[in-house]
Order: sequence, then C-alpha cells, then structure tokens
Amino acid sequence: MSYIPISDRDKMEMLAKIGVNSVEELFSSIPENVRLKKDLNLPAPRSEMEVLDYFTEKGKKNDFSRYLHFLGGGAYEHFIPAVVDYLSSRSEFVTPYTPYQPEVSQGTLQVIFEFQTLICQLTGLDMANASLYDGATGAAEAILMGYRLKNKKRLLVASNVNPQYREVIYTYTKNLGLEVVEIPYDQSGRIDRAGLTASLNDDTSVLLCQSPNYFGVIEDVKSLAELAHNQGALLAVVISEPVSLGLLEAPGKLGADIVTGEAQSFGLPLSFGGPFLGFMACKKEFVRQMPGRIAGQTVDVEGRRGFVLTLSTREQHIRREKATSNICTNQAHCALRATIYLETLGHEGLKKLAWLNLQKAAYAAEQLTSLPGVSRKFSGPVFNEFVLEFPDRWEKIDKKLQEKGILGGLALGHHYSGLENCALITVTEVHHKEKIDAYVQALKEVLS
Amino acid sequence: MINIIREPLIFEISSPGKTAVRLPEMDVPEKKDLLADVPLRKEIEGFPEVSETELTRHFVRLSQMNYCVDFGFYPLGSCTMKYNPKINEKVAAMPDFTSGHPLLPEDLVQGNLELMKTLEKLLLEITGMDAITLQPAAGAHGELTGMMLIRAYHTAQGNPRKYVLIPDSAHGTNPSSAHLCGYVVKEIKSNERGTVSLEDLEKEMTEEVAALMLTNPNTLGVFESDICQIADIVHAKGGFLYMDGANLNAMVGVARPGDMKVDVLHLNLHKTFSTPHGGGGPGSGPVAVKRILEPFLPVPVIEEKEGRFHLNYNRPFSIGRVKSFYGHFLVMLKALAYILTLGPRGLREVAEVAVLNSNYIRKSLEGIYHLKYETPTLHECVFSDKFQKDYGVTNLDISKRLLDYGLHPPTMSFPLIVHGALMIEPTETESKRDLDLFIEAMKAIAKEARENPELLKSAPHVTYVRRLDEVLAARNPVLRWEKTG
Repeated sequence: MSYIPISDRDKMEMLAKIGVNSVEELFSSIPENVRLKKDLNLPAPRSEMEVLDYFTEKGKKNDFSRYLHFLGGGAYEHFIPAVVDYLSSRSEFVTPYTPYQPEVSQGTLQVIFEFQTLICQLTGLDMANASLYDGATGAAEAILMGYRLKNKKRLLVASNVNPQYREVIYTYTKNLGLEVVEIPYDQSGRIDRAGLTASLNDDTSVLLCQSPNYFGVIEDVKSLAELAHNQGALLAVVISEPVSLGLLEAPGKLGADIVTGEAQSFGLPLSFGGPFLGFMACKKEFVRQMPGRIAGQTVDVEGRRGFVLTLSTREQHIRREKATSNICTNQAHCALRATIYLETLGHEGLKKLAWLNLQKAAYAAEQLTSLPGVSRKFSGPVFNEFVLEFPDRWEKIDKKLQEKGILGGLALGHHYSGLENCALITVTEVHHKEKIDAYVQALKEVLS
Repeated sequence: MINIIREPLIFEISSPGKTAVRLPEMDVPEKKDLLADVPLRKEIEGFPEVSETELTRHFVRLSQMNYCVDFGFYPLGSCTMKYNPKINEKVAAMPDFTSGHPLLPEDLVQGNLELMKTLEKLLLEITGMDAITLQPAAGAHGELTGMMLIRAYHTAQGNPRKYVLIPDSAHGTNPSSAHLCGYVVKEIKSNERGTVSLEDLEKEMTEEVAALMLTNPNTLGVFESDICQIADIVHAKGGFLYMDGANLNAMVGVARPGDMKVDVLHLNLHKTFSTPHGGGGPGSGPVAVKRILEPFLPVPVIEEKEGRFHLNYNRPFSIGRVKSFYGHFLVMLKALAYILTLGPRGLREVAEVAVLNSNYIRKSLEGIYHLKYETPTLHECVFSDKFQKDYGVTNLDISKRLLDYGLHPPTMSFPLIVHGALMIEPTETESKRDLDLFIEAMKAIAKEARENPELLKSAPHVTYVRRLDEVLAARNPVLRWEKTG
C-alpha cells in the first residue's frame, strides 16, 4: 500500500508515451555506484489494522493517565471544546498548501487575518504575523528583530524567562557576535531593578521579559517599558500562558514594543510538546522588520474584499539572505485551531476562563501553604502558576507524591541554584476543587 | 465550492453576550483583591462573540473557499503535495499521544520516546546517515540547525570559517538560513545543464568556505550526477556537504544521500513522508548527520539502554536547543505510520511513480510549453512561459487560468534561473486520469493563449474572488480588522 493510483496498465501506457522501456531508465542520471542494490532494511509493510495495533500498543507504554498533574512551565492543559477538533479536522483546512494562490485559498487567508486580529486585540499592538514555530523561537526572533531595529549588539534577557526560551535565544544569537546579558530576579520573583539598571545602557537594543514569568509572577511591564525606552531600547514581552491576557492589561497598552509567545493554551493539546504555536505582534512602525508571513486585505478586479499574503519583500523567497528570518513553513493549522478556540470562547468566555484560572490557582496556593513548612517562594502577584518552597528537596517530595498518584509540579533546582527545595505549580480550569483538595491531602501525608 | 455566500469576518457578525461554549462554574471561594496592584483590562477591545451555530457555519463556509489535496491535483514544484493518508491522522489523534505533558517524568512516557527513537532509526536507514535530531520544526529550521552543526564543528577546530556556497537554483531559505547562522553567502552559477559546474566550484571552494548547500535533485528536478566529485572537492578543503532534502521524494528507496558523501541532510516530513501541510504548517524538519557531527546535535538526544529510553541533556559539544521540547511529536507519528504502512518496497515505489508521473507530464507538454533545460529530470520538471509571451501571456496568467479548470497551478517564478517558470511536481499519488486532466487543461490553455489571450489575462473567472490586487495590499497594508464608526 503506497497510496499509488497508477495501475500496471497505466504504467505501460505512460512508459510508451515517454519512450522508455522501464521506470529504471528514468533514473539513469543517478550514478550506478550510489544506487541502492537491495531493499532498505525496514520493517515489512503493515495493514491499516496492524498499524493501529502497533500504535495502540506503544501508547499503552505511556503511563501518565493515572496521575493527577499540576504541570505547566510553558505547556498547559486546558479544556478544548469539541467544535475545535471537529472544524479543524476538515480536509479543506488540513490538506492545502501555503496560500500562494489567493483566489482558491480565501478560507486559509481569512483565518490568518482573523488570527492576526485576535492577537492584536489580545496584545494591544497594531500588527501581528501569521505564526512562528513556538514561544521559544518567537523569543529568539523577537530578540533578533530588536537588534535589527536598533542595531546595537547588547541584548538583555531576564533570567526568569522560561529556561528553554533562553536556551534557544543563546543557540540563535551565539553565531552572530551579539552580547546577551541575563538580568537577575529579586525576592518578589520579578526582574531585579538594581540588576536591570546596572546592565541597561545606551548600547542596548532590546530588553526581553516574560509576563507572567517562569515563576508565574506578573511583571511590572509598564515600568520596564519606561526604563527600556529611557535608554533608547525596545521592550519585548514574551508570554507563555496567553490565557492571562483575558484578565491582564494588554502589554502593548503598557508600552511593550514587541509581544511574542506561545499560544498552545488556545486549543492545542499538550502533544508531548509539539506542534505548538508561536505568535508575534508589534507596533505599526516596526512591521517591516517582522519575521514570517503576514496576510493583508485587498480587493479583486470586481472590487470585492479578499485577502493575500503581503509585505513579502521581508521574506526569504524574495530577499534570500537579506530576509528578516529564514522561516517558511509555519504553524498555520495550529493558528487555525487557536482562531476557532478563541472565537468559540469569545469575549466573555476568555475573561471567565482567565478568572477561573486565577481563582483556582489562588485557592490551591492558599491551601498548600496552610501546611507546615510550605510557603510561597516569591511575593509577587501570580496568575495560574506559582512557586512553593518545601522543607526538603523537591525531588524527594515529588517522588513521594508520585507514589500517591500526584505529579505536583516542576523542579526548579536544575535551572536555578537556590531553588532546590522549590517547585513550579500550575492550576487551570481543568482542576476541580476536589483535585486541588486531593493534592493538598497527599502533600499533607507526605510531609507528616 | 459554494461561491455564492460572501462570508464576513467573525468580528462583523459578532454581537454582545454570545458564546459558543459553556465553561464550568467557579467551585472555589472567590477572592476579590488578588491582583490589587496589577493593571487589569476592562475589555478585550473588539473581541468577537458568536453562538456555536454561527461559529460552525463561519468555518465551514471558509473551508469551502479553499483548494486542497483532498479535492484535487496540486502540482506545486518542490512542495511535494502528495495525498495525506487518514490512518496517520487517526494515530496522531490518539489520547495516549495528544495528552502527555512534555515535562512528564521519563518513566511515564516510554511509549512516546520509543516511537521517536524508532522513527530516528528508520529515517537513518532511509537516508544512509549516522545520527539524527527530530527537533527542528520545519525545513528551514532544519537548514538552520544543520548550518549550526557545521559552524560548531569548524569553531571547535579553531575557525568557524566565513562563507557558504549555494547554487543560484536554490530555494530562498538556503541563503537565509546560512545568513542567520552568521555566514556570508556566495552564489554558484548553474551550468548549461542546470547543475553545479565543477570548475566554478573548484574555484570558489577555499579553506574559508564552511559548506556547500546543495539541493539534490535540484529545483529543476535534475539529479546532480557529479555529487561524489562535488563532495570530494568540498571535503578536500575541509568543508561539509549539506544536502537540502526537500526533493527526497525523487529517490527514496532508490538511492541514499549518506552513500553520496553527504555530511548533513534535512528532511521534510511534510513532503516525502506524507504529513499534511495544514495550509502552511506545521511541518517537521529532522536533520541527519555523519558521525563526525553527532557530538554537536541539539539537546536532548534520545538514548536507548536495555529497552528503556532516556533523554540525555549532558552533551558538552551540543549547539543547544533550537526549539522547545523535542520537536513536532504528532507530526513525527504521522510520518512513522506512513513508513510502517509502506515498507521498503512501498517507499521505493513512491520514488518510481513520482518520477514516472513527472516524466509523463514533461513528455506530454514538451513543445507546447518551453523547456529551458533539456537535461533529464526526476520528480519534477520546469517549463516556462516563453512561447506564450509572444501573445502577451505570462506564467501568472496561465496559472490563474488553471484555476478556472478546477486545478491548482504549479509553482510560479521559481527557480530563479528559469524566467517565467512553471515548476510541476505531480507526486506519486495522482492517477493517470488526474494527470491527463491537467495535461489537457494545459494544452487547452496554450491554445487559448494564442486565440484569446484576454481570457487568460483576466482569469480566474469562476473562483470565489477574482484576481486580487497584491500591489494595493503591500502599498496600503491592512493587516487586521478594526472597528469602524
């Protein structure tokens, strides 16, 4: 089964038309010495039923479904309405290419235009692109965009930005002769003011912060923007939990110049980490330095509204090595899912969802910290994630909690020295009160 | 396609108080002052509000404005728009795979890790390479990763080197990826066969050149027959041969890049391995390397020990991460399902029929459309609008007219070395009937070009919208909906 609809008879007719005797002859340009003389050493072909059995069996080797988890840190479990899976699974959305022929791609293009609009509304900025790979590459692209706009080699990154995002930033920048400086955090869990002021000078292109940051703490975006702008630098904000935007003031309204992030929370399953959905928005005047595809509105010859991919002189297929990014294939279908998800929730739905997340996390934090020896590590305000400090190393507590069927949070010690006794705990709308109470009870038993 | 109903933007059919989902009620005691000192928003300005019926009809109508592989022939050259098998989608939607958090303890995700390791092994056998990373998100991301590996190697030898050589027929992502990796791009001119000139390469290849980036078969569909000599020239100066695997569909099961002295190769799972394009993504761009580059692969790498799978982050020479987590896991599953379904013979048949179909189209349209290079081609062929230019008709007009015939046009205006290019890649999943429909349409259009060129210049006529003003879109960018009045 190779999904090949050419019969042997078709083959003979086609070979005759081409004027060769065998398919083999068509490969004569491949030198004999590099041609395979035998079959690839691959498993024998399987029937559809056997393929399904194979994956079912491997799926059973995963053993996480019996656990109650409170994991986040850049990947979040949220409820996904049935309509998202149903509509996004349509062939017409799953199997087209990039909409380079706009007359027969208005569906995809209008979805991108709606996605860009939703991202602008959420971030409070003027322009958004059609998507990037994920939050981590979005953060790296934002840093590089800031560098192109200001052309100064000093780039500041807060140390409370998701460690994986920072790793990708280093991977992307280290070949380009740029100087990435990390800014420490303080006892509130926010960017340390003294540390920032010491590093922020007029050689700086951009400051990248995350809000809510990796500790779940909401940064003071407004004052960070002021500090950056006073030194002639840009402020880029990366967001890994965009549900927070249902509640928090849009970073663009607080002075952010570029907002990027991870939109997995908007209707994408956890999927062991991918595919996820990067997004990016910016102020109008920076759009020509934006990476990635952008859809725009225009008219057809009869004056009817339509959409096309536009401003493509920024992109690799036109500008080659002078492009703003090398990105080509993006996360279009993930952006479609996010668009359906956000339009399903709507204005009131997203606000309510954010409120549920805030309140449930607050309840969990309150209940957990009522146990002796458990306390909030940072004093800053949080959304749906928070860091707790325990009386012992988190790994030890984590292990005992797992014996009780609870995955209680993410370790922080391997990324941050001094946080060996701490964990990052995430609570969303999927955590009913009983689940939170079960966690509290299990921890109580573990600690006693 | 239903072209009668003009579907507004969701924002234009929104009205206050509607939603398409009911969320659970609050079941914990509420606190009012949680974010007392944090600026909160009163509203999300302009955010839509619709019912589930309106939402569903909106997206069903939008979907019907799209052309897609499940509807018909999609001969985009170098894009490999093959059929996307449905079993792959079913596998990737299984809750055991969709619901796992990426930071779960390794013991709880042994199934996921085993599947990824299995895909790695199968791809290494298919490509003849030694080691692989599945982390890159797409082809261009794979290119960047591959160039980073090369740079890391050279840097470890004391000099990252300065240049990367790229043929003028290359896809735009090649120079862009090399540049993003800190290299200066030097273009190599194609010879009269449309392939790399060994003389030119010899001249340009110095000890300051880090690598040659080569697409093979190239974007003309021509196999670089001198591939081994090319590799020798590059290796003699200590450089690496990078192969862009975008066109691997032409030789899968027939020949392996690893046997052609290729050092680094990226694959597009969304091309050769049948995962859907989704309107532009997500893809997946694994990078395979020879042993010498293995220490530099991104972290983490999956290791197997006594039947258990482990993510190793302790790799001192690694270039680091190129994205979050481990890559596009669900896309990997689809590619794995595909390879397991086809087996070794099935994969070979893919290349054989892809090449047969392409040559059938080429032969059928020769003389009707201009073929700049007469060199034999594999999986794709590149015609141009040279004959039709006499009637004032361009490749754009031909493409737009194809839409009226219910067919998707070929890739236009690429590769850059063919002026007015029409780059056709049929893939192996087209029936002879569909190939003939396309051939007949192309012949009819060539006739129309002579007899009624205006019909082409004003095409398309029967699509949901007609020719769109792209100049206006770029000159006066409207990139989002805004509330008016």
